[in-house]
Amino acid sequence: MQIAVLAGFALAILVPLLSRWCGGRTGLILALYPASIAFWLVSLAPEVLQSGGIYFEQAWAPSLGLSLSFWLDGLSLLFGLLISGIGTLIIIYASGYLHGHPQLARFYVLILSFMSSMLGVVMADGLMTLFVFWELTSITSYLLIGFNHEDAAARKSALQGLLVTFTGGLALMSGLILLNVVGGSWSLQTLLNDGETLREHALYLPMLLCLLGGAFTKSAQFPFHFWLPNAMAAPTPVSAYLHSATMVKAGIYLMARLQPGLGGTEAWTTILCVIGAITMVVGAFLAIRFTGIKKVLAYSTVMALGTLTMLLGIGGEAAMIAFVTFLTAHSLYKGALFMVAGALDHETGTKDIDEMGGLCRFMPVTAACAFVAALSLGGVIPLFGFVAKELLFEAVLDAPRFTGFLIGMSLLASVLVVAAAGIVALRPFFGALKETPKTPHEAPPSMLAGPCVLAGLSLVLGFMPWLAGDGLLNAAAGAVMGTEVVTDLYLWHGLNTALMMSMVSLGVGLLVCWRWPGVRGVIHRFSPVLDRGPEAGYWKLMDLLVRVAEWQTRLLQSGYMRNYLILTLLSFTGLTGYTLLVRHGPVFDLALDVRLQEVVVALVIAASAIVACMMRSRLAAVAAAGVMGFGIALIFLLFSAPDLAITQLLIETLTVILLILVLFRMPQFSSLSTPMERVRDMFVAIITGGLMTLLMLTVLGQDLFTSISEYMIDNSVPLGHGHNIVNVILVDFRALDTLGEIFVLSLAAIGVLAMLRLQAKERKTP
Amino acid sequence: MKTGTLILSVAAQTLVPLQVLFSLFLLLRGHDEPGGGFIAGLVVAGAFALHQFVNGPEATRRLLRVDPRDCIGFGLLLGVGSALPAWWQGEAFLTAQWWEVPGLGLKLSTPLIFDIGVYLVVLGSVLTAVITLTEVDKDET
Repeated sequence: MQIAVLAGFALAILVPLLSRWCGGRTGLILALYPASIAFWLVSLAPEVLQSGGIYFEQAWAPSLGLSLSFWLDGLSLLFGLLISGIGTLIIIYASGYLHGHPQLARFYVLILSFMSSMLGVVMADGLMTLFVFWELTSITSYLLIGFNHEDAAARKSALQGLLVTFTGGLALMSGLILLNVVGGSWSLQTLLNDGETLREHALYLPMLLCLLGGAFTKSAQFPFHFWLPNAMAAPTPVSAYLHSATMVKAGIYLMARLQPGLGGTEAWTTILCVIGAITMVVGAFLAIRFTGIKKVLAYSTVMALGTLTMLLGIGGEAAMIAFVTFLTAHSLYKGALFMVAGALDHETGTKDIDEMGGLCRFMPVTAACAFVAALSLGGVIPLFGFVAKELLFEAVLDAPRFTGFLIGMSLLASVLVVAAAGIVALRPFFGALKETPKTPHEAPPSMLAGPCVLAGLSLVLGFMPWLAGDGLLNAAAGAVMGTEVVTDLYLWHGLNTALMMSMVSLGVGLLVCWRWPGVRGVIHRFSPVLDRGPEAGYWKLMDLLVRVAEWQTRLLQSGYMRNYLILTLLSFTGLTGYTLLVRHGPVFDLALDVRLQEVVVALVIAASAIVACMMRSRLAAVAAAGVMGFGIALIFLLFSAPDLAITQLLIETLTVILLILVLFRMPQFSSLSTPMERVRDMFVAIITGGLMTLLMLTVLGQDLFTSISEYMIDNSVPLGHGHNIVNVILVDFRALDTLGEIFVLSLAAIGVLAMLRLQAKERKTP
Repeated sequence: MKTGTLILSVAAQTLVPLQVLFSLFLLLRGHDEPGGGFIAGLVVAGAFALHQFVNGPEATRRLLRVDPRDCIGFGLLLGVGSALPAWWQGEAFLTAQWWEVPGLGLKLSTPLIFDIGVYLVVLGSVLTAVITLTEVDKDET
């Protein structure tokens, strides 16, 4: 399974080569990857449904308790199928939509990486695995939103999405760490089996808030909903895939995943129901405010995400069945509608619904798909969306708390969504023909396959909901509940309150759709209020961030090396000295059994240090510092550490080389500092040196813990196959540290390069 | 363009190849005797720095054939890559793997690959700094 998930990244690396060989057919070839994942998941399905889940583990760093482990149960299976199934259609669709785009290969790289990350999120069992894949989806999504990177607005939206989801990601990380602290495990499965401990712990509320912070930002819940419609700056295949079917559902997935462990408490129900319901209405309301077809769809996605959150908050078997059904239905029709929107945009040249009309004559297939999908969105019988909506109303009617509030909000939201569905599906295709920037014609087959399949599924599942319901949806709902769920889905639930609510929302919704321009005029009057929403807060916060950054830069970044050094040394001395003196006490005994040669070397080192400070010529100062370094190398040799001595010598040599290169660039040596400053510098130097001496004496004076050098010496040959212990430690025992160090070294080199090159460039072009 | 003095350039002609050879020697014997990727990397960086002092940065770039920045990238790739074979074997990330080349009695291992990675990163980093410093100097004069 690890291979299946990670293969996407490997494939992404090969895309540039592949697109050079296969040209226009690359998309179809790449679509084989998600397709094969989908088939593979289907083939695993019977086993998953029977046993409740399959577990795959691969040790990563067992000493830290970390492993790369995946867990495939009903919920993961449902999400996995949606991701891979819709992913297949999206790649085919994109090969038509972006046909001939110069950066098509880059698009495939990104979308494949995203797909793998998303599969990783929904199948991860380890908390850290989950987090890493979660952040990968944020990064790939950022790159995909900003795909048209020459467009400033796209860049801005991409950054906004990134900042919002990354802030949430930080909250999520804190939440996951708390989860580990409270539950004592890195495995989701283990943690969720012991929900009692989690819910009764004193840290439950902070943990819940952190985790929900991550989920809410990712899934665009109020008040973080504003980034999602802005993310529509992405090419339509991206919007269709990331911002309706998959990525925004990652937050929903997380909440569903945590439900058996953390759900059911008062805090959980309150937060999820209230926030979910508000998001639902706000999304639906804003949907009819705009005329851009993608914006309308984006806000109706916000509405759907709010609904899903609300259902998770309500809890109970009915709500969970409604949750998984609504989730599936939404992915199907919203994917189809976005692809239709893309086709309209592609073939007519406009995204504004007001500029389209009477298109059904030119684009009959697209119109049919849009019509079916929109019926499902509006929840009209006999579509799958209708089944979902009935279940939603039933769940809301049975809600144990906030019943009245939730019923009102759901009804209001569904009225508005019916209107939005009508706007999207009816207005562009019917009515008088309007002049569009391009002569409209039917979309190519690659762009019709996706909407046709998804709309077709909405229709088929509407008539035969048990096809999905009996196995997959029950298993998914069971995974969310934490117990087994057996509910049969029907299209026709009989004449009941839910059906009444459905009818009312349909009627009023169509009315709103019919009078849409008028309604928009009314809403428009409230624009000043609406513009002061959370997004304005976001921009204020960004401004504040910049101002704080400027202020602290002025305060701390003087640009003078000596100031940085003083600051660093003083904080080091202060913190370490405090701990040493107050917590520990400088206890040591001075044993002066030194050899003559050691004394001589030590004196040479001290003398050269003093000389280096007194020299008036720069070269002489460098030379004196060099002597000091060689003295230290001698000390290493005296204590039989040849590796250290060689390293010290080489470093000294290179330091001299680099210093000389730098010294050429400096102004003539002159007395830059006043006597007062010299005294200050001396003071800092003396207390730093004094503290180091004290520290060394104290550390050497006592055995705080047993030395590990014995272990290293004993195991160097049998485990590391090497006689040079230093090297065995560097490349084997402590290879992870070395890996970190070479990264730091590389960063330093890049820093030098950037600093020098950029400065040189700035000076050339003033 | 030659910038060094006669003595330096004559010395460099002999010293640079010797230093490069010596660095390879240090790199390969590092696991059992004093040496290793870090030290060897410093030695070879010193060699190229000397070459650059004598012959100028363009000549050194030509001699290297690859941009020192690519050395850094490739080194990091080797370092990370050497962590993966263990994972393939089902052992913890970064566990050392040893293979014996049949017939020669030669032992290859992931620590060696890792050490080569370190060698390249050190070489690349030092040379990036040294060459950039020189080139920027020259741009300004």
